Amino acid sequence: MKISENWLRTYVNPAISTEELVAQITMAGLEVDAVEPVAAQFSGVVVGEVLETEQHPDADKLRVCKVNVGEAEPLQIVCGAANVRAGLKIPASVIGAVLPGDFKIKKSKLRGVESFGMLCSAKELGLVAEAEGLMELPADAPVGTDIREYLQLNDNTIEVDLTPNRADCLSVEGVAREVAVLNQIHTTVPAIEPVAVTTAEKLTVTVEATTACPRYLGRVISGVNNKAQTPLWMQERLRRSGLRSLSPLVDVTNYVLLELGQPLHVFDAEKLNGGITVRYAVNGETLELLNAQTVMFDEKSLVIADDESALAFAGVMGGAYSAVHEDTTKVFLECAFFTPLAIAGKARQFGLHTDSSHRFERGVDFELQNRAIERASQLILEICGGQAGEITDVTTQAELPKREPISLREEKLNKILGVTFENETVTGILQRLGMQIETQADGWKVTPPSFRFDIAIEADLIEEIARIYGYNNLPNNQILVRSALNQATENVLDLERVKDLLVDRGYQEAITYSFVDEAMQTAIAPSAEFIKLQNPISAELAVMRTTLWGGLLTAALHNTNRQQTRVRLFESGLHFVQKDGETVQEKMLAGLALGNVAAEQWGEKERSVDFYDVKADVEAMFALTGCNVQFVADSNETLHPGQSAKILTETGEVVGWLGMLHPNLEQQLGFETPVFLFELAQDLLLKKQRASFKSLSKFPSVRRDLALLVKEEINAGEIIGAIEACNEALLQEAVIFDVYRGKGVEDDFKSVALSLVLQNQAQTLTDAEIETVVNTFLESLAVKTGAKLRD
Amino acid sequence: MSTPTDDILKQALDELAKTTDLTSLDAIRVNYLGKKGIFTAQMKELGSLPHEERKTAGQVINQAKDAFQEKLDAKKIELEQAALAARLANERIDVTLAGRGQKVGGLHPVTTTLRRINKIFASVGFQVVEGPEIEDDYHNFEALNIPAHHPARAMHDTFYFDAHRVLRTHTSPVQIRVMESETPPLKVIAPGRVYRCDSDITHTPMFHQVEGFLVDTDVSFADLKGVVYEFLRAFFEKDIQVRFRPSYFPFTEPSAEVDIECVMCGGEGCRVCSHTGWLEVMGCGMIHPEVFKAVKIDSEKYSGFAFGMGVERLAMLRYGINDLRLFFENDLKFLQQFN
Repeated sequence: MKISENWLRTYVNPAISTEELVAQITMAGLEVDAVEPVAAQFSGVVVGEVLETEQHPDADKLRVCKVNVGEAEPLQIVCGAANVRAGLKIPASVIGAVLPGDFKIKKSKLRGVESFGMLCSAKELGLVAEAEGLMELPADAPVGTDIREYLQLNDNTIEVDLTPNRADCLSVEGVAREVAVLNQIHTTVPAIEPVAVTTAEKLTVTVEATTACPRYLGRVISGVNNKAQTPLWMQERLRRSGLRSLSPLVDVTNYVLLELGQPLHVFDAEKLNGGITVRYAVNGETLELLNAQTVMFDEKSLVIADDESALAFAGVMGGAYSAVHEDTTKVFLECAFFTPLAIAGKARQFGLHTDSSHRFERGVDFELQNRAIERASQLILEICGGQAGEITDVTTQAELPKREPISLREEKLNKILGVTFENETVTGILQRLGMQIETQADGWKVTPPSFRFDIAIEADLIEEIARIYGYNNLPNNQILVRSALNQATENVLDLERVKDLLVDRGYQEAITYSFVDEAMQTAIAPSAEFIKLQNPISAELAVMRTTLWGGLLTAALHNTNRQQTRVRLFESGLHFVQKDGETVQEKMLAGLALGNVAAEQWGEKERSVDFYDVKADVEAMFALTGCNVQFVADSNETLHPGQSAKILTETGEVVGWLGMLHPNLEQQLGFETPVFLFELAQDLLLKKQRASFKSLSKFPSVRRDLALLVKEEINAGEIIGAIEACNEALLQEAVIFDVYRGKGVEDDFKSVALSLVLQNQAQTLTDAEIETVVNTFLESLAVKTGAKLRD
Repeated sequence: MSTPTDDILKQALDELAKTTDLTSLDAIRVNYLGKKGIFTAQMKELGSLPHEERKTAGQVINQAKDAFQEKLDAKKIELEQAALAARLANERIDVTLAGRGQKVGGLHPVTTTLRRINKIFASVGFQVVEGPEIEDDYHNFEALNIPAHHPARAMHDTFYFDAHRVLRTHTSPVQIRVMESETPPLKVIAPGRVYRCDSDITHTPMFHQVEGFLVDTDVSFADLKGVVYEFLRAFFEKDIQVRFRPSYFPFTEPSAEVDIECVMCGGEGCRVCSHTGWLEVMGCGMIHPEVFKAVKIDSEKYSGFAFGMGVERLAMLRYGINDLRLFFENDLKFLQQFN
């Protein structure tokens, strides 16, 4: 909300600077977002009167004017504005004036005619962003007066960002009340006298929805002239509050809204059919609003209607048909109290947000309507003339909000704020805030004023006391250290350790959005079921990822498109998959590598990253947990069918996948090199096997190397599996240290070199024992893999 | 007059002097001192001398042998040193060339910041708890005293899946989940991703928050102030000015925004702090009685505080990052700056 500082100071004028005032209200919870001067810096501009105008001899659009600026002789000023005319009062800048943007006014010649100044538009004075023609001043503007003084331009617009609980401050009077509390002074509230009733005209008002509208005030004012000029002071106050002047009738309602916080509405009374009814809409009932939007109501929308149809969206916006216009001569002025719950969310439902709905849904003072309607009536009569009718007041007392007394316990107050308050401090603060106080045994009984909708329980009062006392005047306690000892489990590996491992192995951590482009999602996981956002920010961020690969691939492309030829990324986060109709959110860890295995360097041959490089990274993570996993050749829809492995725990649970991005996807997504990916479920990855000691053998170990001939389709896992299947206690290690194809090996076969390390806990192995064991292995290999010893 | 022994010694020493390598040095040694060497042969000839001359002649030969041995040893050391020097010179490499192998990567600055926050709070016994990112309306709003149509909902631009499920707009639902399942005393921080339907120069639709809360029998606003103050000083490693400003959150009361003195300009006023000298860094307050009611904790017995902060915001201030959107582009040139 924007308010003018000068306007505020007519209510309450503490002897503090603008900066101090702004700091003070900010620290009381009325956060000031900006303080802007109401006009740009300029000087040397006075009220001028155009005495006569003459056509410029050499320019069609220019006029040569004689302008009285309050000096002995009028000035000759050349002007191009269309609205310049004799008798007009305007801001005139004289020689030596400096306009906004450091524009200095000098004596000049325009097409050969001398000009001793410049007549100004509102834009040229920095009052508005756009303006057409000269700024027209009232006929009674005193010639020669400095325009800054005349328009009181030495003022600031203070923009307050109010929190939703402080509806009471959504007006100049409300902010003034707060400033008075903080400075321990009183506000000067202008008295509002009822206007004289001079016409018998009135409308019947029927309130059907009394819960939603406990109070409805209305009056007819006839004989108004909406073509009258809104006075400059009002225009200026509206402008400084961020509102445009539209017509005097509308300006008055806006002005009272800003001044008192009460939304009002004027209907063109000639357009009404019969009386006014406040009722819920009929489902499907439509109304064209002031902003030309047509809304279709449901039965929960509150409307103001006449005998025929809905006229206005109650508390939100008036209708187009019954709106006042230039020729309006008779109005029906409405001033109501709508219950916050009846208005809350209603505007938003239709994508609307108005000054009126903003206030009603937060709470308008329910004791304000009489003052507000009288104030608006008074201003209308002053500006537009006319005769006011009697006020029709339909109030359902029982439905008005109640202000119940709240118990505030001294002990609770002191406990929550951590400080012991004096009785006078508490009562002083509450009284200044307009609360009724009674002392009771354990504290006070407090009744909040009608304008406070945010005070209902003890905690609300404690907050008020803290706020006015000053948060920064409350103590800072030393941190509490009452706590249980930390756990140090060995059953779960810390994710931080795994991340550090990947970092040490050259990966860069990425954080990508949890929502991805549907096209990317379906490209990489065509059969995965995903869930969509109802209101995505864009199509690129519309569906929840079922795999972290989408984000990593997008991030990799971002980098390859920026001359990065080597990318290694990992990310930790949730994926969102559908299982049995439920959305399951699981923590995953995924990685991506493309380009050279290592950064370009002099000491190593350049080599592209391959499956086994990334597999080593994945194996390293499992090595940290001490758990055995199996890599099983398998394919999925994202990966190259011949270079992908499913990773299983010892009990067969799927931990994740490792492999090369399918060449089709590689091409489709725009990669120029193979991309390797892994993705692991964190709960399985991080399961840790606690170390368990085995005694060391004192006897030497023996190594035997076997060169095996196996068919090409037999994989390493099967060969090691055949050895492990023997459950040989002497076996310490079985490692494949070479795989050879080519000369000396038949086509479709490969030679696999296997080393076996054997050791006995109790004695040195004999040759006979070794031979027996190796033969057992060879038998198992022959049966399970068809392997033979190479000659 | 020179004796034959003198001549041999002279000749031996001449040869020694001319030697430049250890191999020929050894050949000389064998030639003079070996089993079939010249000095050895001379010693053998002593037997043919008359008994009375033998002792003197033997002494002469031994003296010559010792003299030769001494020179030989010295020469050997000299040649060995020369050989070592030659080897060292030969094996000299360019130590300024880069090391070989894999370079290390790095953590995302958000992770680094989260780790520091976790570490600071862990030191006084706060436990780290995480929660789901797709939340139900109840945990994200209702239980936090934000009923449907509450104007505070407008403060959260929420992503919806359907009428009941949303992407959590803050980490506060974790507070509800912990309080529902555990009994005080509680000291928890809950870091994680949060989502708002908002995207411009200063907003990304996803960002990170850390929620923290403490519930015990005698927790006051003064305790909250102390914790927040200590945390901010620890985080920025500086004795910075901190101020608490009244604000409004439906789930805390009293509520406060916490401002720190601008770390860019030291409070002088600059573009980053909009010339106010202050930067808003977190929201906090005493847990609202309605929230305690929702999780069935007796607010007469217990009180507590909660706070929430934006991780990217803290990272930006700490590292001087000037564009929020960089966090999620994952440009290596950005990420590598934090390795």
